[in-house]
Amino acid sequence: MPEYTRLIHQYLRHDKKFPHVWCPGCGNGILLGSLIRAIHQTGFSKDDIVIVSGIGCSGRLPVYVDFNTLHTTHGRALTFATGVKLANPSLNVITIMGDGDSMAIGGNHFVHAARRNIDVTAIILNNSIYGMTGGQYSPTTPYGMRASTAVYNSIEQAFKISELAVTAGASFVGRQTVYNAKLLDSLIKKAILKRGFSVVEVITHCHTQYGRQNRLGSAVDMLKWQRDNAVPVEKAAKMTPEALKGKIITGILVDRDLPIYEEEYDKIRAKAKGLV
Amino acid sequence: MAKKDFRLLQGNEAIVEGAIAAGCRFFAGYPITPATEIAEGMSVKMPAVDGTFVQMEDEIGSMGAIIGASLAGVKSMTATSGPGFSLMQENIGFACITEVPCVIANIMRGGPSTGLPTNPSQSDLMQARWGTHGDHPIIVLAPHSVEECFSVTVKAFNLSERYRVPVILTADEVVAHMREKVELPPVESLEIIDRVHPTVPPDWYIPYEDNSLGVPPMPAFGDGYRYHVTGLVHDVRGFPTSRPDEVDSLIRRLHRKIDKGLDYIQEGESFLMDDAEVAIIAYSSVARSAKQAAILARENGQKVGVFRPITLWPFMRKAIEEILKNVRAVIVPEMNMGQYSREVKRVDQGYARIITLNRVDGQVITPDDIIRKLKEIY
Repeated sequence: MPEYTRLIHQYLRHDKKFPHVWCPGCGNGILLGSLIRAIHQTGFSKDDIVIVSGIGCSGRLPVYVDFNTLHTTHGRALTFATGVKLANPSLNVITIMGDGDSMAIGGNHFVHAARRNIDVTAIILNNSIYGMTGGQYSPTTPYGMRASTAVYNSIEQAFKISELAVTAGASFVGRQTVYNAKLLDSLIKKAILKRGFSVVEVITHCHTQYGRQNRLGSAVDMLKWQRDNAVPVEKAAKMTPEALKGKIITGILVDRDLPIYEEEYDKIRAKAKGLV
Repeated sequence: MAKKDFRLLQGNEAIVEGAIAAGCRFFAGYPITPATEIAEGMSVKMPAVDGTFVQMEDEIGSMGAIIGASLAGVKSMTATSGPGFSLMQENIGFACITEVPCVIANIMRGGPSTGLPTNPSQSDLMQARWGTHGDHPIIVLAPHSVEECFSVTVKAFNLSERYRVPVILTADEVVAHMREKVELPPVESLEIIDRVHPTVPPDWYIPYEDNSLGVPPMPAFGDGYRYHVTGLVHDVRGFPTSRPDEVDSLIRRLHRKIDKGLDYIQEGESFLMDDAEVAIIAYSSVARSAKQAAILARENGQKVGVFRPITLWPFMRKAIEEILKNVRAVIVPEMNMGQYSREVKRVDQGYARIITLNRVDGQVITPDDIIRKLKEIY
């Protein structure tokens, strides 16, 4: 049996929930593949993995995977994940969110989960648009681009998700495109294994909404754009800000050891019991 | 005999004690008057019992966190007041449809909006019932003393575990902030109910399969029963569906499990009701004034009794219908514009005269206020 078939049988609810809801050519499927390959490489038991999502195209991911899966309310995935993780720290909790989900309605929860540095992995599918509702502009839609609620053009500045996560205090932050799926596998694996709040910003495409409204071509054209514009962080360090304009800096942006909430809370328990 | 555990406690403090006795080991909250003492108490006590306290960034997050903790197998609660309760409503609906046990204490202050943060009110009665969107049953309990803040909190956890529902524990600011001497019962003497865990092998587990109680067994994340939890309407396996027959049976089961349990869920106190000609129906702190008013009225030869619903929702229709049939008149004093009295009127088939007494000035309803109303009858 080929490796990918074995993984499908091992990790997907392949006999229950397929076909999936995503459009043909969507990058979410590439991320789904990366996610299960990364989890497989970590060697964790399926029983110990909890996948939590919010609402939107990204929110539908958990239903397809054979873990403990939780599809929550819009923007709130990290709050549910906080409860799961603190109630049972032995679980490995991974949240899947979209750009609108994590940055707009869930922006507050995102910065505070990072600030607490709770041991949860946050994977954000950034496709620069609200896809499921029909292509409205999101907090990551670049200035000047079109959307169904910005038919003239968007006049808002796009959020830099990874940079926000670094500032907010996450232990680990990385960014990768779905075009570089192999690199995405290893980035997600590192994020899952990292203790503390880890963020993986996944640059993906929505050719159905964002691509169509902005005449960016097919899914393949948009993947090629990712290939041509991704710059590894090591290379970016030697480039001028002008040369970096419009580029996607990929790789590990930060990997640091900061106090982890659960470990700090164990100290509080000891204090409360008069042990220290 | 073990030494009795007498304490001078505030209502909010008794809620903390009751929750811990009931097995609560996770609290997430956000500061808000007049409920803050519950969070403060939990921050001290939770770590000492190997539980967890977390102060979230808002009440939306608090509600999400307690649902997550409950799914991980830990009894959980949050506490808030009107404005924060409004923020929690979306996720309360999530707990309703996913059938996640949890307890929400709502200490009522005056509203709408920021309103009267430090004054009592009973104006969240309908928010507790209908605050979240969609068709859903809800259990709302109202203690009227510090002692009951303990025992009713235990009951709230028991009902939430038994029926897999969020339970709202609601008290007005007076009950939450007053101090009384209470005797805390030994934990061993309490009836503590835990959610039913599946006993079938994981492969056979059907997460939302109907049974005689209408309440499916619930595993914790990590137990080996890997299942899907979604706020979408789901089939018995937990997967999203929009098939009319599957949608219908889920929504009806959510209602049926509460309807079938009414006798178990509903609890009220009758005070001097045996020969009463006039009944005062009151809850939370107003019930205390009502009892005093009944005692004073009887000194004047007026046969007045009090019925106090502890279970505010589901509405105690049977008990109240019975009262209406046996008295001349009913007074419903409330610190709102008539939220409970409207429900009493709904079940009245011309049995008795219903008199409302409403205070919305942020002040308590006194026994004198009720005595004055009695003059309209006698």
